[in-house]
Formats: sequence, structure tokens, C-alpha cells
Amino acid sequence: MMKIEMQNVSLGYSGKEVLKDVTFQVLPGEMVGLIGPNGSGKSTIIRALTGIIPPYRGKILLDGKGVDRIPRQELARMVGVVPQIPLLPSAFTAFEIVLMGRNPHLSFFQYESQRERDIAWRAMERTMTQYLARRRIGELSGGEIQCLVIARVLAQETKAILLDEPTANLDIGRQVEILDLIKSLCREQSLTVLAALHDLNLASQYCDRLVLVNNGRVHAQGTPSEVIIPQNINEVYGADGCVYTHPANGLPAVLINPGNGQVLTQRR
Amino acid sequence: MSSERDSPSQTPPIHLARWQSRIYAIIGLSVLLVFVAALAASVGSIKIPFLTTWQVMISKLPFPHTAPAFPSNIEIIVLEIRLPRVILTGLVGAALATAGATYQGLFRNPLADPYLIGVAQGASLGAVIGFLIPATWHGMGIGVVPLFAFVGALVSTAIVYGLARVGKTLPVTILILAGVALGALLGSIVSYLIISSGEKMHGIIFWLMGSFSLSQWVDVKLVLPYIVVGIGVILIYARPLNVMQLDEEQAQQLGVNVERLKLVLLTAATLITAAAVSFVGTIGFVGIIIPHVVRLIWGADYRFLLPLSVLTGAIFLIVADVIARTAQAPAEIPIGVITALCGAPFFLYLLRRRKRVIF
Repeated sequence: MMKIEMQNVSLGYSGKEVLKDVTFQVLPGEMVGLIGPNGSGKSTIIRALTGIIPPYRGKILLDGKGVDRIPRQELARMVGVVPQIPLLPSAFTAFEIVLMGRNPHLSFFQYESQRERDIAWRAMERTMTQYLARRRIGELSGGEIQCLVIARVLAQETKAILLDEPTANLDIGRQVEILDLIKSLCREQSLTVLAALHDLNLASQYCDRLVLVNNGRVHAQGTPSEVIIPQNINEVYGADGCVYTHPANGLPAVLINPGNGQVLTQRR
Repeated sequence: MSSERDSPSQTPPIHLARWQSRIYAIIGLSVLLVFVAALAASVGSIKIPFLTTWQVMISKLPFPHTAPAFPSNIEIIVLEIRLPRVILTGLVGAALATAGATYQGLFRNPLADPYLIGVAQGASLGAVIGFLIPATWHGMGIGVVPLFAFVGALVSTAIVYGLARVGKTLPVTILILAGVALGALLGSIVSYLIISSGEKMHGIIFWLMGSFSLSQWVDVKLVLPYIVVGIGVILIYARPLNVMQLDEEQAQQLGVNVERLKLVLLTAATLITAAAVSFVGTIGFVGIIIPHVVRLIWGADYRFLLPLSVLTGAIFLIVADVIARTAQAPAEIPIGVITALCGAPFFLYLLRRRKRVIF
């Protein structure tokens, strides 16, 4: 059970402010989606939550404790990350990569025991990647690597999972499988889940709440029905309001409206 | 969901099988190392029977044994001339191969070798200055050349490190570029000094290409602590070094203190490289190729790659040294010539035979 919080956080790289006064929180058992255009600061929020970029102002809190005060290894037992473009060493086998998820749980002189191997194997079964176990990373597709990294984060057994575009490389079937899995883990184990998502429809369908970021600021937050409204889409993405209601469950669904080319012109 | 928890499917022993074969490889290579070392002590201008070499070596072990059945001059050749040389060669081979594997892992770059960040050029400059200063200085216990080479290696790496440091972090790309640039600068000074060194030129060039011809027990005793401690530290850090192969950010997110890891491993690898080259010169090829040979045969996991590199590096350099001192006896060929001449074809053969991702 862990609560993730950002309170009035401003931060950036080499003096340039990327996030401005960002405030939001994610509660245990809740799946929150980060949405927003390219370069709006979604990935930066995720990186900041793992203590990689220190804030200029404001507080980043995990269970009320400042992220900069938590030692690396303890932090890695609390929060697991699925990076956007996971670069993996091509000569390692898939199983070796998933087993690396156990690293934060091992003390300095310890090697992986049968217990760690079992946990890694279970994580591969849940993500349906066990058939890859012996293969080398260099032989795998982008989608397979994506699933493998999700297996690794499951093997890490953290209370919170941060995902940066977890479905970017996956086909539509795999997208549903992976998000179903994450959602069910979130519910059953009261995991705290924050996922940056490009696909507004996936965000709408899977997330309990959404945080819409634009130019480093929180533009809106709330339930999908509150956030995905034509006005917000228009203001943030510069696209025409084309929000419909999902026929099966009434959640908002966004359809594209080709041919008005406003997106580029408005954002320049 | 519940059925999964009640009866988790058996983890297949895929990983164990790989581990077992690598552990057998470590044991096998350890035995081979002792065998090769004894063989190397038998071969030379005076041929000593293999069994006699064993008798001489065993007679020095601290447990009860029968009276020696070999002449004392044999004992002196084995114990005072050949054995220190064989042991020093093994230590240097182990150190260079381990340092090479460490740098390759730390920089995630298959072209990294122990000399990448200025160790070799620093050592060379130190050694050349040692050769050129007046002979009256040469009176302090160990030779002035190894001392200067050791100091030169450490100073040049420290400069590279200082140049590359940004705040509290050490970006590896800047480190490599700074190392290459400083290396070029020092290298040109070395070249200039060699050209203007007159009759000392031959000795300097021989040193630069590497030679074990002057090995003594004193050298072994001086080098041993650095190399053993350095390799020990590196072996302890093998698991985090594995995680570092992902990339620095993922490694941090998996609980690795990346900056501390870099500092510790760079220091250890630099120290063992400096200790290795200070007495015997900047021997090439071992540091870059041995880790790749090990990778080709046994895979990329650093927990096995590192110990296997230690053993393979030691065996390879001992064999190369035997060739260096016997091929043109009584003349000696610089060992740096042999390492590449014999090692490169073997490596190219391996590379062709196993066409799969190795790094």
C-alpha cells in the first residue's frame, strides 16, 4: 500500500523548467493515467518520481516520505518502472533480464536463489513471455521486449508501478492483455499504478482517474468523463472536438477527424 | 488467479543448466591454469622434466615430504627464475583481462580495453621518463621505471576522471572522449621523447611492447596485493555490473547506486591495470580480446564472465610468454607481438564460427 504524491513540483534539466507547479496524487489500488501531447512532461513526471531528477521547488512524496531521502535500493523495492524505450543488452537471455528485477531484493553478497528464479518465472508466466526465456534479447521484437520489461517489473514485486507508454510497441490484442493484467494487479494487490499513455481511448477505458498535462502544467485532472471533453482536447491537442461516448460502457472515446491540419499550426 | 497461487508451475531448470556448465568451466580452467603454469616452468633453454618441476614446487609446500630427488641448480632455475616469471605473467594476464571486461561492462562498449582512459599512455610516459633520467636516481629498491610507470598511469587516469566529472555524476561518454584526447596528447609526448632518446631507444620500445624477461619474486610481491584486491572488488560487484548493462537509468530504478558503482569499478580496474603494466610494459590485445572470447563461449553474464576472464587471461598470457621466450631462443620476442599474432587468428575463428549476438 503506497501513496504517490507530487506537491507543487517544479523541475527541469540544466535550468530549463520542464514541470511547473505540478500537483497530483495516486492512491493505493488506483490506476491513474498521465495523458498529454508529446513533450508535455509525462516522462519527466515518471522519472522525477524515481528520484532521478531533483525538483527545484515542491515535494515528491512516497508514503509521505521525500523521494530524495530514500536510498536507491529501498526505493527500487517500493517503485518499479517500465521505461518508454527499454534498451536491453542484446547478448543477455530473456530470463536473465527478468531475473534482474530481483536485484533490489538481494543483499550485496547474495546471488539469486531458487526463490528468485521462481518469482521471475511466475512473472514471465503472467505476461505470457515464458516461451522467450532462453532466447537472447537481440533476437526479440519490440513488442516481446515490452512484455519482458513488464515481466521484470512484476518480478520486482513493488507496491507501486510507473509505466511510460507500456503499450507503445504492442498490437491491439497485446495492449488489452497487458493493461488487463496491470489493472487486475492494481485491484487485487492494491498496487499504486501511474501510466503515461498516448492513446486516449486506452486511458479512458482503463484508468480510474486521468491527469492531463500540457507544457509542464496540469491542465485538468479527474475521472475520464471529466477530463476527456471536447474543450480540453481542443485546448491541449489543438484538434477538433471529436469525443463520443463508448457504446458499451458510456466512457468517453476519441475519434480522429482527418483533414483539418490544425494540430501543427496551433502548437507552433 | 487462485489456482495459479496454489500450484505455481515448476520453474524449468534452464538457468541452472547454464550456471552448471559455467561453474564446471571455472573449475576446469583453474585446473588447466595450474597445469599450464607448471608446464611453463619446465620449458626453456634448459629442459626440465615436467614431473621434476612438480617435485620442486611440491617440495616447497609446507607439509611433510621426502628428501629432494633433484639437483639444486634445477631447483634454482624453477623457483628463482621461471616460477616468478610464470606467476607474474599469470597475474598480469588476469589483471588485463579482468580490467578489460570491467571497462567494457561499465562503458557498455565492446571496443573498450584497459587502456581506453589513458592508463597506457600515462604508464608509457612515466616509464620513458624513468628510462631517461640520470642513472644516479636508479638506487631505490624497485626500479625507477616501474615506479614512474605506475604513478604515470594513476595520475593520467585521475586527470581524465577530473576532466570528465560533471557535478556529482560521471558521464561515460565524456570520460571516454577525455581519455582518448589525453591519451593522444601523452602519446605524442612519448613519441617525441623516444625519437630524442638516443641509445636508450631500444630498451624503451621493448618496454612499450611488453616483456617479462626481468621478472623476480620482488616484482610479484609488489604487484600481487593490488591485483588480488582489485580483482576481488570487481568480482564482488559483478551482479550490479550485470544490471548496469540495461542502461544507467534502468539500473538506478533497479536499485543500483550507479555513481558509486562507476567510481569503485573504475578505481579497481585502473589500479590493477597500472600495477600490471608498471613492471612488464603495455601489453596489448589481452584486455580487449579475452573478455570477448569468454563471451563467445560462455555468455555475457558478468558473474561468470569476470572469473572466467581472470582464468583465461592468465592462461593465455602464460602460454604467449612461453612462445615469446622459446620461439627464437636465446633471443626474446616482445610478448605484445605474440599475443596479437597468435590470439587474433583464434579470435577471428571463434567470431566466424558463432554468428550470434555476443555483446
